[in-house]
Amino acid sequence: MNRRDFNQLISMGAAGIMMPALPAFSRTVTPEALLEPGLDVSMKKRLADAALNAAKSKGATYADVRIGRYLNQFILTRENKVQAIINSESYGVGVRVIANGCWGFASVGDARDESVVAKAAETAVTIAKANSRLLTEPVQLAPQKGFGEVSWKAPIKRNAFEVPVKEKVDLLLSANSAAMQNGANFVNNVLFQINEQKYFASTDGTYADQDIHRIGPSFTVTAVDPGNGRFATRNSLSSPMGMGYDYLQVNPKDKSTGITTRYNKGYDMLEDITSAAKQAKEKLSAKSVEGGKYDLVLDPSHLWLTIHESVGHPLELDRVLGYEANYAGTSFVTLDKLQSKNFAYGSKEVNIVADKTQVDSLGAVGWDDEGVKTKKWDLVRDGILVNYQAIRDQVHIIGEKESQGCCYADNWSSVQFQRMANVSLEAGKTPLSVQNMIKDVKKGIYIIGDGSFSIDQQRYNFQFGGQLFYEIKDGQIAGMLKDVAYQANTKEFWNSCVAVCDQSDYRLGGAFNDGKGQPGQSSAVSHGSATARFNGVNVINTARKI
Amino acid sequence: MNLKKMAILTKAEAKKIIDKVLSYAKADETSVSLTGGRRGNIRYARNAVSTSGESTNLSLAVTAVFGKKSGTATINEFDDAALEKTVRRAEEIARLAPENSEYMPMLGPQTYLPIDPFSRNTENITPDYRAQAAFDSLDPCRKQNLTAAGYMEDSTGFTAIGNSKELFAYNRETSVEFSVTVRTADGMGSGYATRDVTDTSKLNTREATEIAMQKAQASVGARAIEPGKYTVILEPAALVANTDASLLLAMMGSMDARNAEEGRSFLSKKGGGTRLGEKLMDERVTIYSDPTNPEIPTSPFGGGGGGRFGGGGADGRPQEKITWIEKGVIKNMYYSRYWADKKGVKATPPPANFIMEGGTQSLADMIKSTEKGILVTRFWYIRPVDPQTLLYTGLTRDGTFYIENGQIKFPVKNFRFNESPIIMLNNLEAMGKPVRIGGNLVPPLKIRDFTFTSLSDAV
Repeated sequence: MNRRDFNQLISMGAAGIMMPALPAFSRTVTPEALLEPGLDVSMKKRLADAALNAAKSKGATYADVRIGRYLNQFILTRENKVQAIINSESYGVGVRVIANGCWGFASVGDARDESVVAKAAETAVTIAKANSRLLTEPVQLAPQKGFGEVSWKAPIKRNAFEVPVKEKVDLLLSANSAAMQNGANFVNNVLFQINEQKYFASTDGTYADQDIHRIGPSFTVTAVDPGNGRFATRNSLSSPMGMGYDYLQVNPKDKSTGITTRYNKGYDMLEDITSAAKQAKEKLSAKSVEGGKYDLVLDPSHLWLTIHESVGHPLELDRVLGYEANYAGTSFVTLDKLQSKNFAYGSKEVNIVADKTQVDSLGAVGWDDEGVKTKKWDLVRDGILVNYQAIRDQVHIIGEKESQGCCYADNWSSVQFQRMANVSLEAGKTPLSVQNMIKDVKKGIYIIGDGSFSIDQQRYNFQFGGQLFYEIKDGQIAGMLKDVAYQANTKEFWNSCVAVCDQSDYRLGGAFNDGKGQPGQSSAVSHGSATARFNGVNVINTARKI
Repeated sequence: MNLKKMAILTKAEAKKIIDKVLSYAKADETSVSLTGGRRGNIRYARNAVSTSGESTNLSLAVTAVFGKKSGTATINEFDDAALEKTVRRAEEIARLAPENSEYMPMLGPQTYLPIDPFSRNTENITPDYRAQAAFDSLDPCRKQNLTAAGYMEDSTGFTAIGNSKELFAYNRETSVEFSVTVRTADGMGSGYATRDVTDTSKLNTREATEIAMQKAQASVGARAIEPGKYTVILEPAALVANTDASLLLAMMGSMDARNAEEGRSFLSKKGGGTRLGEKLMDERVTIYSDPTNPEIPTSPFGGGGGGRFGGGGADGRPQEKITWIEKGVIKNMYYSRYWADKKGVKATPPPANFIMEGGTQSLADMIKSTEKGILVTRFWYIRPVDPQTLLYTGLTRDGTFYIENGQIKFPVKNFRFNESPIIMLNNLEAMGKPVRIGGNLVPPLKIRDFTFTSLSDAV
């Protein structure tokens, strides 16, 4: 989370809710404007060609241009009030070039004129040339064939921007009312809807027009005990998804029932918020955990974040090489570990894939932001490290001939770079339900929902919290716990994985705003898994007095 | 055509546009916000430039209000027809909007402190200037077989706001942020330094890089020592971070009165009410804001995007000098205008900067007077664990050293901590001389019984 997100979080007074930042240079518009078509594709091609031609004529050996229109609608509510409805649009053009072997980038807002776009391309070449005196090695770009004029559209069933604002407000306020009726003192409930309309063109001969949709409902319910001055919160068990409003369609087959209901591709907000209100109150008087070693049973609504931080990030090749050393950090997964072909990242149960094509995921797209067709590939197979995530200017370092297609920029004003694909833990091959997994645990904790998260800059040592913690004693759930966080070392943790439930329990979690890069950029990514068990993990008690 | 000139307007140019917009307004209340600017950056890693770019933009937002219903429309074109169309569109959105029961009428004219947080030197930064700044940082590292990764970002921009009640404010602002991480060739040592300035002539990337180089070399061969409670010396970069959450920003960002009064803040009181007026930390802790401080000048009104702690500026409230914590006692909290009105108190906005008073000791003096302790260059990945106690977790990074008998003895492996800034500021041993960090002035602090809970192998 960058500082701007942090500020926004405070200004909205939405305690505990993770706010995605609006794209840079966003302007507010009417809800109807969100349905306007934007520039015609032939106009986009004309602008793109103006930029590419200007870059080439100034001496660029490669150029790409992204014409981006970013539409957002954020609806923010608390209790019985609508706090804000923000409709925003951000439109502009970013041009990236290689000149004298160096990258250069320039962008300009609201560019609808070929001369303005050409000027941005010239600025990018000027910047590349200014920096070329510091060059040590010219950029080596993996070859990429041109795809001509192509397009991709997210397979959404109901465009969230076409749903009347009133219908959405009614849903949020009725959910808030359910929370208050069930014992909540406060509720913050927000709905984010995003549409990225991206046009990419490069001197390789690709012109890709893409339409990407995301949705993220999210609430925090707070229960206060004024007598002892304590408060407790329970966040929603929803996930941001690469879907339309269809994610808010209640569907029994998308529910996993148990101690509390968890959701797959159809989220029942009313049901979840009702449980949340009761559970927030229950948390106030829950037993404080006794620190020590426990077997952890981790629900996908929790485990996605552990996968994200301890697998997704360390397997980004730019981090491994040191490109993120000054901010996000490097990685413990050094090149020699891949080359050895026997680095046990996890136990034999651990199979982890990267996938830019997974349907309904946040990272799904047809072509990445440097014109590479997206795909799925293995990162960890039977516990052994087998690959990284890499883009065109780095993939030669791991001996690959083509990029893996995971290049992304969060806005027209940002330069594209390597971003995490959807990285997911495959479900177990043998039939195993959550109930049967818990049955075998003698002393454990069942964790649902994501909470506090922190990991070091090389991704060895992490600490995670959660939303709901249940003590497991001799195969039975014995009651709710609080003040729980677990600390572990990445390799030890994944090697302590003894079982993963089967495909019927596989669900997606994810983040809207994964931060990386300088200036900071935000990326949305999903992580799938089934419930998994990890033995002998160190749990600490986080209660303090001030 | 100059993209930068297109995006940065003078006060007179901005006023003319805002007045024109207001002349079209028909709503009960109308406000206008005009912002523009250029951001440039250079980023390097593995001892070479990796990415570098510039971005310019200019935009205008109009908010129209009927009763308690408001609507906002934005545009990037500035001819009369476009401006009028935007006003009509904002009015149309307002008529259709749900009523906001917490809406507060717009402010009339305000008196602002005379501040000009602007530097011509920063405005005049060119791609060649950025390349030279990167070279000054890379050059000494290359010569000593060290690997540098760094980033410099400059921004030059303005914000003007005006409304139908005759409020008008204009601010132009520049800033430069620089940070560098230097690593040894074998990856066993890492050091960090960061600077932020208003006037780029005060930034010396070579000087900052040399500190990071020394830390990188000195941190090779870190030894593992047991986690537990230690006396620590926290450098300012360990207390405030530009790009991530940090312990002091977390505390300053949690001083909202409404959250406290609703019972969901570290400032909420057992049995109801708040802890305003209570002594919550060591009596040497005094923290105040001063937008006119020449070392950390800020916008006199926070600007369209709001102050560093989340706005309060967008509505035109003036920033002022105010004390938040005095001798360990909570003196003030900040308010939304709605909540202040409801409570019948002054609507103090969140601050745009803060100054923590310190002492006169240098970092070297503080080390010299330490019998046993740990020097922390910076913390990383700081996240809330318990909002009730402001318990945070995170890790040390890029230069962690063991001190014994007043001397740095050896580098130590990084630790994870679980600690609350409130507990930390109760366990205060000593304070050094404040320095600018993230637009604030913060001293290095010596803290006893700081809680490290595990070890990390990360370098």
